[in-house]
Amino acid sequence: MWARAVWLGLRASAGGRRGFPSKAAHQGSRRVTAELIEHLERLALVDFGSQEAVARLEKAIAFADRLRAVDTDGVEPMESVLEDRCLYLRSDNVVEGNCAEELLQNSHRVVEEYFVAPPVCLFGEIYERN
Amino acid sequence: MATPMLRWCCPGRRWIFAGIGGGSRHGRGVPTGSTSSGKKGQSSVAQQPLITAQKPRKGEREWAAVVGLEIHAQIASNSKLFSGSQVDFAAPPNSLVSFFDASLPGTLPVLNRRCVEAAVMTGLALDCHINRKSLFDRKHYFYADLPAGYQITQQRLPIAVNGSLAYSVCVGKRWSQMVTRTVGVKQIQLEQDSGKSLHDNLRSQTLIDLNRAGVGLLEVVLEPDMSCGEEAAAAVRELQLILQALGTSQANMAEGQLRVDANISVHHPGEPLGVRTEVKNLNSARFLAKAIDYEIQRQISELENGGKILNETRSFDYKLGCTVPMRDKEGKQDYRFMPEPNLPPLLLYDSGSLPTGADPQQVIDIDQLRERLPELPRVTREKLVRQYGMLPEHSFALLNEVGLLEFFQNVIKETRAEPKKVTSWVLNTFLGFLKQQNLAVSESPVTPSALAELLDLLDRKAISSSAAKQVFEELWRSKGKTPAQMVAEKKLELMQDAEALEQLCRSMLEAHPQVVTDVKKGNPRAINKLIGLVRRATLGRADPTVIKEVLERQLSS
Repeated sequence: MWARAVWLGLRASAGGRRGFPSKAAHQGSRRVTAELIEHLERLALVDFGSQEAVARLEKAIAFADRLRAVDTDGVEPMESVLEDRCLYLRSDNVVEGNCAEELLQNSHRVVEEYFVAPPVCLFGEIYERN
Repeated sequence: MATPMLRWCCPGRRWIFAGIGGGSRHGRGVPTGSTSSGKKGQSSVAQQPLITAQKPRKGEREWAAVVGLEIHAQIASNSKLFSGSQVDFAAPPNSLVSFFDASLPGTLPVLNRRCVEAAVMTGLALDCHINRKSLFDRKHYFYADLPAGYQITQQRLPIAVNGSLAYSVCVGKRWSQMVTRTVGVKQIQLEQDSGKSLHDNLRSQTLIDLNRAGVGLLEVVLEPDMSCGEEAAAAVRELQLILQALGTSQANMAEGQLRVDANISVHHPGEPLGVRTEVKNLNSARFLAKAIDYEIQRQISELENGGKILNETRSFDYKLGCTVPMRDKEGKQDYRFMPEPNLPPLLLYDSGSLPTGADPQQVIDIDQLRERLPELPRVTREKLVRQYGMLPEHSFALLNEVGLLEFFQNVIKETRAEPKKVTSWVLNTFLGFLKQQNLAVSESPVTPSALAELLDLLDRKAISSSAAKQVFEELWRSKGKTPAQMVAEKKLELMQDAEALEQLCRSMLEAHPQVVTDVKKGNPRAINKLIGLVRRATLGRADPTVIKEVLERQLSS
């Protein structure tokens, strides 16, 4: 979860703030609210469980915030360590598939050849989709 | 208090759309503002905006609607976007699924070259700027048919941006008054399709088929330049034809190869834009315009009644003919976009920037793709109008039906008849029969050669046009005989003996002196009786126009 905060932080710095602790850095010691925890739990399906876990989260955010001390003015953000690599293009041939039986073995429940999932009512969200 | 008249103007077309507050003289029923009172049962949605003679009453202001579209088209490729499993509409569940599609650990995405080419071609056809460098991202959300928990898409830097799509709408009651409109193409991006979920409410479970998971999609985002359902439907239709002409997607809405989401808002002209709603699940060409118009009307009604529009996602219920909210989550969806760590940037080249000595399989040359672009529908239509002198709306009709253009061109090739005659026969008679029996062109019992032969007979004046229609009907019903054979069998040939016809006419005139006097007195219609008599005497084998000509000539001498 802290990875996103770091990513956002980096992008904010690239927007031209100087390297010294900015207003954003102070938020490293901000409390993580119960509302935010609930939101994160729903988004990422993790379980923060205890107050100890939340405290650990806050420490992790503070640790990552120290990155803001780096002056990244005028530096193009690196978005991927692969940025200099060549993206391999595959020919449009069918070479995989046809392993339904094997894949279905992974599933806790199976009906005929379908995976079975709980009814579409995950965490109070109902979608109608094809 | 007067019944509220809800006025919505489709600006470019200068229509007034009269919504009915309580009653209106103007024709078909339109869903009223009483959606707030729950009358979802009203399934009648106005088919087309109606002209009203009324001007906006004092105190009532016009509304303008703003419609933007997000269109997902399945790429026509053999294998999926990032894996080598097959793309097919109908196959046993989960049989077209690779380990990557099932998101098993240790699998990685490998980009399909054909999908990139399809995206570039579509971008070029829509006059987009092709980004030489584009990036892939992950869009996270949880759903049972998305095994990885995220979709690989292009959020930051898509493959093509800033294009335009020209389409035509009719502004008159008749098909013949067409104008061209343009809608901006904001961007085109490559992304993965999800699997399919089947809801089994009886047993409280959802069945998942991943055959579709990972199939390549082109998402085409159209700017909110449209103002009503009809414009949106026309734009989608033109995009469909373009994709089909390019071969980048079969774009068949019925098979889910083309899906449309609409973003709709209303406002008073001159004021800021209103809150928009997103309407999903517009998967039928027939209901696209209806659904959008319904939502526009719903928003107008809501606002006129003092309500507010929520920035929500709605779905179109085909049975009820209205949009319904999809149950809202607490707070907006947060997709936590992040760069796809397993894919480097996608780099495209043109003839100027091609790296020397590069493996051609690994390099995509935009200029080469541009050269190989097939002819676009717009160009095909223009050529038809120029070459055959047909009206623009005829060219639209020819391209609007699968296989019809080819049929038309095959007839033209084999017949000596005038193109205008061919156009008329193909679009009126032939198409009429097809539609009546709900057949595709490929299922037609009449071949282009047969129709060409028939039109030749007509052109040579060997048969009359009513005889030709008869023969056509016969051709449709029974196979195996050529038009010439049918004409011979049924003795439908036009009388070729001019002398005999002259004599027949003369004798008819002598036998009916009263009619002759009537005509000479100045009643030209009296001649019709004579024409009828002569026709019957020739057993219908003389052309009525020729008979008339002969009689008139003889009468005046």
